[in-house]
Amino acid sequence: MTIDQILVIIGGLGLSALVAWYFWFSEKKGVKIQEAASGVQEAFIKVKGGYTPDVLIFEAGKPIKLNFLREETAACTEEVIFSDFNKRALLTPFKTIPLELTIDKSGEYEFRCGMGMIRGKLIVQ
Amino acid sequence: MARDIVCRMEVKSPSKYFVHYEGKHYEFCSEDCKDKFIAEPDKYNKDVQTTTGETHLPEGADSAHKKTAPTYKISSNGIEKITIPIVGLQYAAGINIIENEIKNLPGVKAAHINYTTSTAHVEFKNDKVNAKEIIESINKVGYDAKKASLQLGIGGMHCGSCVTKIENELKKLLGILSASVDLGTESVFIDYIPGSINIGEIKSVIESLGYKTFDSKVKVGEKTLVQVGHTVAKSEEEPVDENELAREKEYKTLLHKFIFAAVLSLPVILFSYPKLWGLPAEFQKGTELLRFIWFGMGALALPVMFWSGSQFYTGAWAAFKNRSANMHTLIATGITAAWLYSTVAALFPGIFPSAALADVFYDVVFVVVALVVFGMALEIRAKGKSSEAIKKLIGLQAKTARVLRDGKEIDIPIEEVVLDELIIVRPGEKIPVDGEVVDGDSTVDESMITGESIPVEKRIGDEVIGAAINKTGSFKFKATKVGKDTALAQIIQMVGQAQSSKAPIQKIVDKVSGYFVPAVIIIAILSFITWYVFGPAPQLIYALIVSVTVLVIACPCALGLATPISLMVGIGKGAENGILIRSGEALETAQKLDTIVLDKTGTITEGKPSLTDLIVINGFDEKTILILSASIEKSSEHPLAEAIVKGAEERSLELFEPKNFNAIPGLGVEAIVNNKKLLLGNKKMMIKFNITLNGLEEKSAQLADEGKTPMFVAVDGKSAGIIAVADTVKQDSKEAIAHLKKLGLEVVMITGDNARTANAIAKQVGIERTLSEVLPEDKALNVQKLQNEGKIVAMVGDGINDAPALAQADIGLAIGTGTDVAIEASDITLIKGSLKGVVLAIQLSKATMKNIKENLFGAFFYNGLGLPIAAGLLFPFFGILLSPLIAAAAMAFSSVTVVTNANRLRNFKPKIK
Repeated sequence: MTIDQILVIIGGLGLSALVAWYFWFSEKKGVKIQEAASGVQEAFIKVKGGYTPDVLIFEAGKPIKLNFLREETAACTEEVIFSDFNKRALLTPFKTIPLELTIDKSGEYEFRCGMGMIRGKLIVQ
Repeated sequence: MARDIVCRMEVKSPSKYFVHYEGKHYEFCSEDCKDKFIAEPDKYNKDVQTTTGETHLPEGADSAHKKTAPTYKISSNGIEKITIPIVGLQYAAGINIIENEIKNLPGVKAAHINYTTSTAHVEFKNDKVNAKEIIESINKVGYDAKKASLQLGIGGMHCGSCVTKIENELKKLLGILSASVDLGTESVFIDYIPGSINIGEIKSVIESLGYKTFDSKVKVGEKTLVQVGHTVAKSEEEPVDENELAREKEYKTLLHKFIFAAVLSLPVILFSYPKLWGLPAEFQKGTELLRFIWFGMGALALPVMFWSGSQFYTGAWAAFKNRSANMHTLIATGITAAWLYSTVAALFPGIFPSAALADVFYDVVFVVVALVVFGMALEIRAKGKSSEAIKKLIGLQAKTARVLRDGKEIDIPIEEVVLDELIIVRPGEKIPVDGEVVDGDSTVDESMITGESIPVEKRIGDEVIGAAINKTGSFKFKATKVGKDTALAQIIQMVGQAQSSKAPIQKIVDKVSGYFVPAVIIIAILSFITWYVFGPAPQLIYALIVSVTVLVIACPCALGLATPISLMVGIGKGAENGILIRSGEALETAQKLDTIVLDKTGTITEGKPSLTDLIVINGFDEKTILILSASIEKSSEHPLAEAIVKGAEERSLELFEPKNFNAIPGLGVEAIVNNKKLLLGNKKMMIKFNITLNGLEEKSAQLADEGKTPMFVAVDGKSAGIIAVADTVKQDSKEAIAHLKKLGLEVVMITGDNARTANAIAKQVGIERTLSEVLPEDKALNVQKLQNEGKIVAMVGDGINDAPALAQADIGLAIGTGTDVAIEASDITLIKGSLKGVVLAIQLSKATMKNIKENLFGAFFYNGLGLPIAAGLLFPFFGILLSPLIAAAAMAFSSVTVVTNANRLRNFKPKIK
């Protein structure tokens, strides 16, 4: 085995490990959403290629309002689905689309685009 | 951050829009807010102080501020007066009940009901209780308050906090029950008490806050949105909505991007394979000219990558930041790798150990971008079709209603139709809301709601469904459901929710797709290593090509799309046929059923017994016996009694008033009718009173065998005859049951009737297994018993009496619900009364699940086969290696195929007519 082959093997395996770590094992940081004076936990989520922020932390039992602002026309993100609650919103581009929820049980609830490619989650504590 | 005191939104400081006023610096979100502040700086200054609580004003100051705002009809001591119109107050007896219920509420000072005007006047402390709670208390005792729903368009909202502001101001108004602003449609949905406030007042309040209002009529057509369960009606004339426009625009953009990339790819392909096309020697590999052409291709590739393929990079980057990866990641990585390698090869061919390695793959960049973008465009088109069903439903809503107000016919937007209002419908017109016919008759085409193509006759007392089309005659009807309570609104909401739900089968996909894309990247890297180390020369080229092919061929979208898109089409198709499937889970379970339990009364049969036989002996005549029997049964509320009374009424017989009426539980009734001692009851009753039956027993047994309910009649101690009633079997029950059996289901009938009647009906419709004499409360238990036999059980019933059994069953089907579509206990709601709907629901579930499985199989099979082939698994054995160009084509069309396959479901035809 030549030196370049060894280098490719080491480099490739290292890169694979990096990919696995980055996408699967690294900890994702959530954004804690504070409760407003009105008692509603209101968050803005920018939708462009993905959800920013994509992990949101809420308190259980209090109303949640998610305002989605889709800043693109790419069809991938035109829908957002909260299948745990059978809720769905069509995100009109460049408009704030609010979606209201109240989650009583703590846990993690995923939301995703119509095709399930782009995901985010609500962590309810 | 600063706060814009006009719209109360957080503004990034320093803002472009600011003003210095009375020594203070104010920042705004927009020019608009700034202008508003300049116009009335004091108003906003006070507003912000009272609402944010930065300065606590004394009570007096607060109410002084309120003077400028709309009047809230609040008296000085905080007591509010409200007048609520009440629906259904037919007897004076209701007055006390309602009054007491309202008075029980905390903070209610006085409650008085005016019977003649059907209104409640309530005085209450507004900090203890509100109008909504008062109405709830009225509902609690079985009455309804007149409510009106209204949608108003609002212009001039810039930010999320405008929403809260408008909502809060509206909710303060007396008579407003709820107000919810929707930024997406720029409109507000209001429930209010008509009479307490009118639309003009509502509008002026919104306008006083600095916004514009539009009539919903105008606004509704313009903007449509199906979201979060609630839906805004869309008019037929203006079928374009913003989302559709966005989709259309995106389609066009993608098409332009595709054309750009495709046109440029032609010369690139030409010069990438000079040998293949037999180009002159000066264009062959190694020549200076070709190298210059390469430079050109490399440069041209940039706009293709960053314009035609811009979504790959933005999508990949957004995902990367969120530590996730998607299709864009794969494509972006693939084309970038190809471009980088090619560019290095073109610019610095010398760094490669052999000349063969200094090759370019610009064609991969062009072709991959072109094909994938084309696939995305096709997918948008196909997806538009998938959601057609719900769009059609939304378009069904009527826009105006002709109501009778103060004796005059006026046309009003349907949002303003109030409960109990009289509405006039002429031939050819759409019925605006749900109601009950009070005058006139007609035939009505309800196919758009029930799926039943034959027009239905409507007479006084019949239910009409909003959105149905009146065919022949004019009639008047009373609105029983308006606004979001109408069947159509509920259907739209249910369908929308069901389409967003997840089928359990999706769980596998969810597990896979979370790992899918990074796994593909790792496979690409490992293939690179393998080809580099073990592959044939030139290794670097092979390794690169193979890894790019792997990246490009993987199609996570097809996987992600497989289930939801079929669900969307399948559930939409159901709605078109009057079958409302509550969720993906219900749909998935419905096709796994092996036993179906049918309630007898109202499901297999009409549910309304009618008089069938009259047998007389001992010289009595039929007419007399019927008059006597009907007279005695007048006082009874039993459905069988009703059938007898109805039978007499149909023959226009005059009845007597019974005296000394006595019901003997389990036996029958006795009374004096027209000075005759009359007994009506079963055999035990006759034995109790020592009546000789004179051979009637045999006839009775015969009738019972036919599924009828015979009752003996005795007059003055002598047997007089038998009167029999029966519930008639629905016309198509037999056929539907045969179909259910053909679907491989075991059909079981459940009924409270005795075994004899039950068996008779069962025989008529071809059911072998019956569960008879089941008390209503034990139906659920019996369903459970079947489940304990290890069966997956569906229960079909009327949704009200059978609710516990419907809930217990794996699938509860509520049948013949008419306008009552939102039956909680049911998984599937059939608007029509026919059992054929059950067959159709099961067939549709099967077809949808089959479609989903095809899609999933296709997607897994494609990826499962495509990836190893792309990685070159076939190469050592057959020398087959996939070109990245072919991989791109396969990938582009795989997700289109999934959508197209789902759209095939739109052609689903019930196999039963």
